[in-house]
Amino acid sequence: MKRLMMLVLATAILGLALGASAEPVKIGMITTLSTTAAYLGEDIRDGFQLAVDQEGGRLGGVDVELLVEDDGAKPEKANQIAERYMKKDGVKIMTGIVFSNVAIAVVPKVVRDGVVYLSANAGPSQLAGKGCNENYFSVSYQNDNIDEVVGQYVNDSAHQNVYLIAPNYPAGKDHLAGFKRYFKKEIKAEVYTKLGQSDYAAEIAAIRAAKPDAVFFFLPGGMGVSFIKQYAQAGLNEEIPLYGPAFSFDERLLAAVGPVALGVKNGSQWSHDLDNPANRQFVAAYREKYGRTPTLYASQGYDTARLIGSALKAVNGNLEDLAAFKAALRKADFESVRGNFSFGSNQHPVQDLYIREVVKTDDGNYTNKTIQKVFTNHVDAYAAECKM
Amino acid sequence: MILFAEQILNGLQLGITLFLMSAGLTLVFGIMKVINLAHGSFYMIGAYVGATVTAASGSFLAGILAALGAAGISGMVVELIVLRELYQRDHLDQVLATFGLIFFFNELTRIIWGKQPLFMDVPTWLQGNIEIMAGLVYPVYRLFVIGVGCLTALLLWFLFSRTRLGMQIRAGASNRRMVSALGVNIKLLYTLVFGLGTLLAGLAGVMAGPIFAVESGMGESILILTFVVIVIGGIGSVKGAVIGALLVGLVDTLGRAFLPQLFRLFLSSSVADGAGASLASMSIYILMAAVLILRPKGLFPSHD
Repeated sequence: MKRLMMLVLATAILGLALGASAEPVKIGMITTLSTTAAYLGEDIRDGFQLAVDQEGGRLGGVDVELLVEDDGAKPEKANQIAERYMKKDGVKIMTGIVFSNVAIAVVPKVVRDGVVYLSANAGPSQLAGKGCNENYFSVSYQNDNIDEVVGQYVNDSAHQNVYLIAPNYPAGKDHLAGFKRYFKKEIKAEVYTKLGQSDYAAEIAAIRAAKPDAVFFFLPGGMGVSFIKQYAQAGLNEEIPLYGPAFSFDERLLAAVGPVALGVKNGSQWSHDLDNPANRQFVAAYREKYGRTPTLYASQGYDTARLIGSALKAVNGNLEDLAAFKAALRKADFESVRGNFSFGSNQHPVQDLYIREVVKTDDGNYTNKTIQKVFTNHVDAYAAECKM
Repeated sequence: MILFAEQILNGLQLGITLFLMSAGLTLVFGIMKVINLAHGSFYMIGAYVGATVTAASGSFLAGILAALGAAGISGMVVELIVLRELYQRDHLDQVLATFGLIFFFNELTRIIWGKQPLFMDVPTWLQGNIEIMAGLVYPVYRLFVIGVGCLTALLLWFLFSRTRLGMQIRAGASNRRMVSALGVNIKLLYTLVFGLGTLLAGLAGVMAGPIFAVESGMGESILILTFVVIVIGGIGSVKGAVIGALLVGLVDTLGRAFLPQLFRLFLSSSVADGAGASLASMSIYILMAAVLILRPKGLFPSHD
């Protein structure tokens, strides 16, 4: 009997030692935590971290170690971080890049070197079409999606023509192209402004003179804040309705533009008021932990972590067989906070897209309210070009 | 025609904001011979403090006063701690030190106020639009900015040409050692001039708060335009800053407003939009190059 006890004890100790010696799976997050876009990276990180913390340091029952580095929104710095993650830390899973230009510079290289990259934000067309790769997954969206949904919505509305405005750089043109793909009526004018511009008086005067039925703008970050403020100050928000992608209307920017953005309709793949169990749980837990309403970036970070968790669980934390891990990722067997979620042939989301409206809450803050589901199981425009 | 008048007003208003920024920079540069790349940081301090105090007290005027105080005092502290060491060094050291200050202040605002932009709205008594002439409605707040800018220009002119302090500052600019030999405390004078410069930047910042995004790093985008202004106007000349700022404001605004339309007369519309937008963003640099060819020291060089 005593012997048996000893044997059991020995086995238990051995088992403990084995369990402890199993290295946690390292996940390398490259994201933007400085510059004016710092809050985007912060939210992606916090959303991701929440999923890890909810499982007590695990994802899908497997111990994980989250490495986070700030790329300062610079491609070359992101490249150095990726290099270090691969060479020094032996990272096999990466995520977190905020900006498309950074993603284009980093992703093709790391996926070639056998790293699985899951995008928690940037979804450039270059990586969705001909440049797709079986090691690359977008968990957020393909960039154009967020404009396409607004294009369709405005096309279905009573507006007969629209005035377009975006910064003069590749992403600006891409986003307007996304809008135009589904808006088939008249384009009154297509105006490109200087990147980083803060004074829009000249453009707003031109809009007033052109008298369009509606205005669609893509001006990320501070540019959008300045534009929305000046648009309202010129009194145009009461005459010509404004539309845009979700980027200028996340809950943290709304703190800076709230009153002047009231009533503006914007397109998104997620909103904190989507009524599904995963989302209710996520929004409540995020608010409790960080004391603020999650933005779409936080939801993307959270979904990315939970997707990784589902695949780690399927392969039992074993990344030696990367093909099995990727096959498990492709199944997208997790409860997305977006409700419907699956991967298309180019490993980009097939998901529903919504129009939201900026509203004032009872406690005097500003937030988004989902008003209409425009697309169901929407596939991005580049999927057909992807040969995988 | 009404659109043209409105765009002229827009250009004036942008010019006035630029003037508030460049007056301070040109003073510091012309009198103290210091290149202060961190000038935009004081603009940011003005906007942040202004937004915070306005939100807390509910009074825009209290916000302006707090912004002026914060920008002026932090400027004098920076002069005492950092710049005093650098007067004898060459411009490269000054550029490096003040460039470092930009990072310091950007990070500091992120630590104090968090990572997202702040909200600052136009005060209720300046909200709305008025009809200046038939069909031309213009935001009251932008007219207010034009008024404040003109008032500041007058005050500066009075300070420099009609007061003893102004005389000493001008003398200090031409011959520092002679002025200190005559018993003027030139060190104190420099601290005051620097504080005045940053105070003006703070004023520009708080005036810009309701119009632009109040965010960390907001000073850098306007700083480049400010340098263009003082190069065009002539380094060290307040008069040059006025003229340069108005020129830059008008050329930039009118270029953005009308160049694409001009190009549409002889190009297809998509090409015209692209080319017009590109040329519009270059227009102020073309202006600067033209001025430098004709007047290498700027339009109003302060002293030879």
